[in-house]
Amino acid sequence: MSANTALAEKYRNNFLKEIEEQVEMGDWVKMCMQCGVCSGSCPTNFQSAWEHPPQELFMMIRAGKREEVLTTTSMWNCTSCYNCIVRCPRKLPITHIMHGIAEYAHRLGMAPKMQPTRFFSGLFWKNCTHTGRVNELKLSMGLYFKDGFAQGIKNGMAMQAVALGLVKAKRLNVFELFGGHKCKDQKGIQAMLKKAYEIERSRKAAKMAG
Amino acid sequence: MTEHVATNETILVVGGGISGMTAALEAAETGKNVVLVEKNPALGGRTSQLYRYFPKLCHPVCGLEINLRRLKNNPRVRVLTLAEVTGIEGGTGNYTVSVKVKPRYVNENCTACGDCGRAVETMVDDPFNYNLGQHKAAYLPNAMAYPQRYVLDPAIIGSADADKARAACKYGAIDLDMKEETIQVKAGAVVWATGWQPYDAKKIQPYGYGRFKNVITSVEFERLADIHGPTGGKILRPSDGKEAKNIAFIQCAGSRDENHLRHCSRICCMASLKQTHYVREKYPEDGKSTIYYIDIRAIDRFEDFYQKVQADPSVTFIKSKVAKITEDAHGNAVCHGVNTEGYKRYMTPHDLVVLAVGMEPSVKGINIPGHIVADSSGFIEADPANGAVFGAGCASNALDVNRAVQSATAAALRAIQVVNKVAKAEA
Repeated sequence: MSANTALAEKYRNNFLKEIEEQVEMGDWVKMCMQCGVCSGSCPTNFQSAWEHPPQELFMMIRAGKREEVLTTTSMWNCTSCYNCIVRCPRKLPITHIMHGIAEYAHRLGMAPKMQPTRFFSGLFWKNCTHTGRVNELKLSMGLYFKDGFAQGIKNGMAMQAVALGLVKAKRLNVFELFGGHKCKDQKGIQAMLKKAYEIERSRKAAKMAG
Repeated sequence: MTEHVATNETILVVGGGISGMTAALEAAETGKNVVLVEKNPALGGRTSQLYRYFPKLCHPVCGLEINLRRLKNNPRVRVLTLAEVTGIEGGTGNYTVSVKVKPRYVNENCTACGDCGRAVETMVDDPFNYNLGQHKAAYLPNAMAYPQRYVLDPAIIGSADADKARAACKYGAIDLDMKEETIQVKAGAVVWATGWQPYDAKKIQPYGYGRFKNVITSVEFERLADIHGPTGGKILRPSDGKEAKNIAFIQCAGSRDENHLRHCSRICCMASLKQTHYVREKYPEDGKSTIYYIDIRAIDRFEDFYQKVQADPSVTFIKSKVAKITEDAHGNAVCHGVNTEGYKRYMTPHDLVVLAVGMEPSVKGINIPGHIVADSSGFIEADPANGAVFGAGCASNALDVNRAVQSATAAALRAIQVVNKVAKAEA
């Protein structure tokens, strides 16, 4: 390796390639022309919830900032309103790319653990795949107690009136806390999901291996 | 006017803007017979509707005047105004073209004295000013119109106003019995120079053109700055006639956008840079221009023009494509977006927003009689399959005046080669 190639090696960026290969719709990232319409159209940015707006994330990917991109909470804040997709002059499927990057960060275990969207997604999946039915009481309780017992009680008290209203209207059954309703063939559902996991795992392993 | 002799050594030029005039004149000055067909009542096209053109900021009157003088001195060019091509038959060296000629209701006796205009009371929209104002239904299309003859709007034909116009004319120039006619023209080659139209800004929904009065297009802004325009050369905003001193220019309004025009229209960056000069000229004390852009494309040798505007303290550049425009309580247009330098959100009110709209080829979506090969944006390609139909000017690409003239000269040369071959074969 000559001195020049050694110098160039320092700047070689494989992260864009990695995103293209590993992230759903990731091959669109290079098409961004940095016009800024996506971030200007994003409803979440009005609350400064985004550390990095989409076009900045795309630029960071191209600049090889792997650690920063995969550990940020930004893409988890996407509300899937699709404004950016509608307006993007290059027709990038921005919403899908955001979810793709989030999923990849999660797969690598680099996603921020307690980010509410990520936490809720995990909770929801566990909840509904266990019995084949969503147990709303357990799901909301799980979210209330995300940041500890004391905070959970506080959250619960704050929502008390709503909960009582739901009980009165028969939209919430307190006995759901003990077991709850199930689908007819709980074992069948679990067997089906197990098979699906296997297929997904082998596919992603093959992809990771390159 | 519509009587003429055309043979298959004649060159037909469709469109009488700067490209069509150039192609017609270049061909005629080499000794070819040319028929020039123009849809409007006067030649000059969109160039004549500009206040000034870049880079020298001179008035288009000057460039057009030279061409008009060449035209007047050249008996080989037959000009048909209010005329549109409706069909082409035949092939290279032997075309028969159908041309529909609409009635002007004014004959060659007209001296452009203006008596009919004074007699008529009906007002109609003025397309020369992009319908920003109205003019009399007996009118001269623009100050330097060629032919220098009045036109009667078809709306008044059969009304008392038309009779008033005829009675007012001392020269017997008004002929209310003129009828639309379709004529056949023979031609060896055709130069298609139908130019462009501003992209329909209403389609860019988030920008609110058509909903907000103070969002206008760059071509309309040209008319506001022009002394012959609807405001007499004052930059006043349409909603309340207030002086518009804080003006935003939004680049790529329609261009470089897969949802609208996929090509870069090339002229818009230079047009907006040029228009910042109008703001400074009209309001030297407190005029302010803000250009919102993705990247400035001051094509090749115009980079120095860009640098001069950058050095102007009254002009601000914001690297961002505006995401949407709203209207505030004072009628100001508010630009929303994120500045991509620093990723800061902005919400900035302006007196007036000018959309630098893209160029849509006039031929797009129109079935040019015969089979024309066009690119994905609708511009005519130089393709052997087109036979001896040659695109020129903005019918062939997004071009500024300078390049349109070059393109027209090239098209004229191709047409000349075809009719030369015809002449040789017949000799």
